[in-house]
Amino acid sequence: AAWKGGLRFQVSAALKEGRVTPTELCQRCLSLIKSTKFLNAYITVAEETALKQAEESEKRYRRGQPLGVLDGIPIAVKDNFNTAGIETTCASNMLKGYVSPYNATVVQKLLDQGAVLLGKTNLDEFAMGSGSTDGVFGPVRNPWSYSRQYKEKSVPKSHSEDKDANWVITGGSSGGSAAAVSSFTCFAALGSDTGGSTRNPAAHCGVVGLKPTYGLISRHGLIPLVNSMDVPGILTRCVDDAAVVLGSLAGHDPKDSTTIQDNFNPFELPNLTDISKFSIGIPKEYHAPGLSSEILALWSKAADLFKNAGAKVNEVSLPHTRYSIVCYHVLCTAEVASNMARFDGLEYGHRSDMNKSTESMYAATRREGFNDVVRGRILSGNYFLLKQNYENYFIKAQKVRRLIANDFVKVFRSGVDILLTPTTLSDAVPYMEFIKEDNRTRSTQDDILTQAANMAGLPAINVPTALSERGLPVGLQFIGRSFQEKQLLTVAKWFEKQIKFPMIQLEEVKRHDHGVFQHQKSASFS
Amino acid sequence: QKVTVEVLDHLERLALVDFRDSEGVERLQKAIQFADQLHEVNTDGVEPMDSVLEDRCLYLREDDVTEGNCTKELLKNAREKVEEYFVAPPGNIPLPKLEERETFLQGS
Repeated sequence: AAWKGGLRFQVSAALKEGRVTPTELCQRCLSLIKSTKFLNAYITVAEETALKQAEESEKRYRRGQPLGVLDGIPIAVKDNFNTAGIETTCASNMLKGYVSPYNATVVQKLLDQGAVLLGKTNLDEFAMGSGSTDGVFGPVRNPWSYSRQYKEKSVPKSHSEDKDANWVITGGSSGGSAAAVSSFTCFAALGSDTGGSTRNPAAHCGVVGLKPTYGLISRHGLIPLVNSMDVPGILTRCVDDAAVVLGSLAGHDPKDSTTIQDNFNPFELPNLTDISKFSIGIPKEYHAPGLSSEILALWSKAADLFKNAGAKVNEVSLPHTRYSIVCYHVLCTAEVASNMARFDGLEYGHRSDMNKSTESMYAATRREGFNDVVRGRILSGNYFLLKQNYENYFIKAQKVRRLIANDFVKVFRSGVDILLTPTTLSDAVPYMEFIKEDNRTRSTQDDILTQAANMAGLPAINVPTALSERGLPVGLQFIGRSFQEKQLLTVAKWFEKQIKFPMIQLEEVKRHDHGVFQHQKSASFS
Repeated sequence: QKVTVEVLDHLERLALVDFRDSEGVERLQKAIQFADQLHEVNTDGVEPMDSVLEDRCLYLREDDVTEGNCTKELLKNAREKVEEYFVAPPGNIPLPKLEERETFLQGS
């Protein structure tokens, strides 16, 4: 058996001790998914295969031979990861009905550990967006919209108005995964992170969102957006769980040559009590225009928390921060233009009826398959890659990228271990307000605090910190050195322990049998 | 500086994606304007960065066949196929010219 002593196991312990069985756990999650359907967090629920996996897990537990901590744990996967035999749509008409012939490496790794795959979660189409509002299956609703904490703070409007009308967004693009974890329908979920797509919804949904170092986790099977920045993201309810999932996913994959070949050793996070040997940097440029005063105050309080506990806390500078979004805009659209070229209807996905020529069939297929956001980025990307523009835009952006990455190198070289920044500019906005601005504008605004970490390939994590005045979650972000996830998560876990973020109070969850949900509601599964 | 219709037409052909309407064109204009901010940054002497892992070597594996024989599975996802072939419409036929194409740009 692979049980390691010293970790705090909750659901896993319950499974091991037989207090709950994998099939019970799976059934509860499936049932909760049904009763929270209005969140629209899931695109596909793989009920049959999940129950089969749960049964297999149960057999292993009965034999006393679970595969590990993740055995029997229900998880969800963002719908831009290939899952064998299960539809993978990327929330786009282009891939509706596409059933993957293979599992993404990260999915395979989770299944090999005995995890139970409940389904595929909703996202912005092709992961382009910061709201999880622009997919063909509709927007994802933030579970906190239905929490007692939010409802208590909402000013009741006219009695005739649909009380549902001021539901808030999850953030994006991994909104479905964040909502799934936040509403207890699964214990961990995979997202992806190219500009903040895991950390942003994690902040808005009050869950932990980890973006690992670029090159640590395989991208094989993750439908690519920006090959030089994409990473699989991990969403869980506590930092310890994120470390466990990371441990099962990280490491070289021969199928992804951009994964580093260094040996990866899964780690347990220490219960750090003495933070004094750490140096925390507060980058002043992250006091970005539009940052809410609430979040500014929380950020400041957090810095004080570290200071009062003896850590070195200093202001630092990352001078090129404000160009990160512009740089991203060019590099992202350029890589997107290239990556989206594979969708032509010939081998998989949607195919138009147009048959006059290959060119016209491709054009019609893409016209029918992609939404405005995707088409817009493809066209912009192609513009920046035109011969007359290549040097001035694409190469220029690559140079600025180096400057941004160097900013971080300089700061870490000066002795700073971890950077502390806000994750988002504000708490989650109501959907009706969010859609007033277009996707590109929103992404530009919302990615500003998260994007630079992708530019530099650094690990970063959102830790839920407090509730806003509106009763919605606000998170703070820690950014670490390349491949120093253990240090990053150690500090994040220390912080998490100090602040004790409140649990979401959802009616739907209360209605279910309390027995099993004792395990569900405890923050961690590990 | 507005993007000319020639360039827009060229982009539609390269991308095989259409602008759809004036909003689409406006979107591109705004994107270019936004990207122009890059020119404020002094990048003299700075090398372009392709990858954050530039100091490492990409992993190359041995050229051994370890997978394959999955023709049936791969063909499953294609709409038009004949035996073991994907079926494409005739090639080497360029997209119709701007005047003959069904594109919003015609009106510009």
